[in-house]
Amino acid sequence: MNNRLINWFKFASPQSFYPLAGRMIPWFWALTAAFGVAGLWISFFVAPTDAQQGEGYRIIFIHVPASWMSMFIYCIMAGWAGLGLVFNTRLSGMMASALAPTGALMAFLSLWTGALWGKPMWGAWWVWDARLTSELILFFLYIGFIALQAAIDDPRRADKAGAILALVGVVNVPIIYFSVKWWNTLHQGSTINLTKAPSMAQTMLWGMLLMALCFWMYSIAVALMRARAIILERETHTEWVKQLDEVKS
Amino acid sequence: MKPRHKRFAIVAGGIVAIGISAALVLNALDSNIALYVTPSEIAAGKAPKDKAFRIGGMVKEGSIKRDGVTVNFVVTDTVKEIPVAYTGILPDLFKEGKGAVVQGKLGPDGKFTASEVLAKHDENYMPPAAQDAVDQAQKAQKTLKP
Repeated sequence: MNNRLINWFKFASPQSFYPLAGRMIPWFWALTAAFGVAGLWISFFVAPTDAQQGEGYRIIFIHVPASWMSMFIYCIMAGWAGLGLVFNTRLSGMMASALAPTGALMAFLSLWTGALWGKPMWGAWWVWDARLTSELILFFLYIGFIALQAAIDDPRRADKAGAILALVGVVNVPIIYFSVKWWNTLHQGSTINLTKAPSMAQTMLWGMLLMALCFWMYSIAVALMRARAIILERETHTEWVKQLDEVKS
Repeated sequence: MKPRHKRFAIVAGGIVAIGISAALVLNALDSNIALYVTPSEIAAGKAPKDKAFRIGGMVKEGSIKRDGVTVNFVVTDTVKEIPVAYTGILPDLFKEGKGAVVQGKLGPDGKFTASEVLAKHDENYMPPAAQDAVDQAQKAQKTLKP
């Protein structure tokens, strides 16, 4: 253990993670603002109008990053939950609960912007196709995770129960991602693929990727802030929390 | 085997078990999850009888005929075709040569009466100039062939 460059387990303790997170948060906020300004500028002023959808397609600059994040945050949340179950580290559970509200927000944004786009483009706010339904289930999984943790008073038991729910729900993520490939859906197939060139104009792609980075940075910043708040709440009884400047004053 | 290795094995085993059961359930529900059937599947007798269902496919080029407020068109998957009649407002993206999903009932004469028409957008996004270039290229190819 000692011959490693960084001892990762050191940061698994809330006491050393708390100040580290505090130092990182401003940087992630700065990056959120930088990517957000660049992304929105390209989205609104540089990216051309779409040949078929006109200006309405610009919803993708929010919709696609939000959908990606909703799936990705769930994977990270389940990863933390799994770590917590295996290693019994306290920070893992806190990180999982810190991520859940942001994930729920992303899933909601994805469903909501999708509905706003669906009405003029498809002709329906909502269709029970595989993609939309599985994304709705993802939203319910987030809400269920938050509710389950809130219902159990003992934080360690709440972490454990939440972790099991998060891990069970993780099967839904590949279902969302591949739903447009596996079944006939109204939702179109993916534009961005790992295996072929994206079928979209270059500037549109840039706008979308910058917005995705902005959402990433925002999610990290918010999750770290929430994690710090959870640490303070759960570790109030410890000596190091009582010594903190922000607690003493 | 340390306790944490044992816990890891339980977690990993649990996820694999849930994954397999989910795959089996989804496989069994396959036809119920699909939002629509294609004209070829109807020809093969896979469409539900005396029940509303959805057909998905392309709106055939040159097939849209307006008769007052009723629109007649043909949905095709390039192999089989189904004539459709619909009364109501069409979505903006509903065009000839583009995807559409129609909900309604299949009459005994093989004509589909739709109660709802949805446009299906494809995954391609491009500016009008690029779309023009693509259309021109396709037209040029068509005229060259014969």
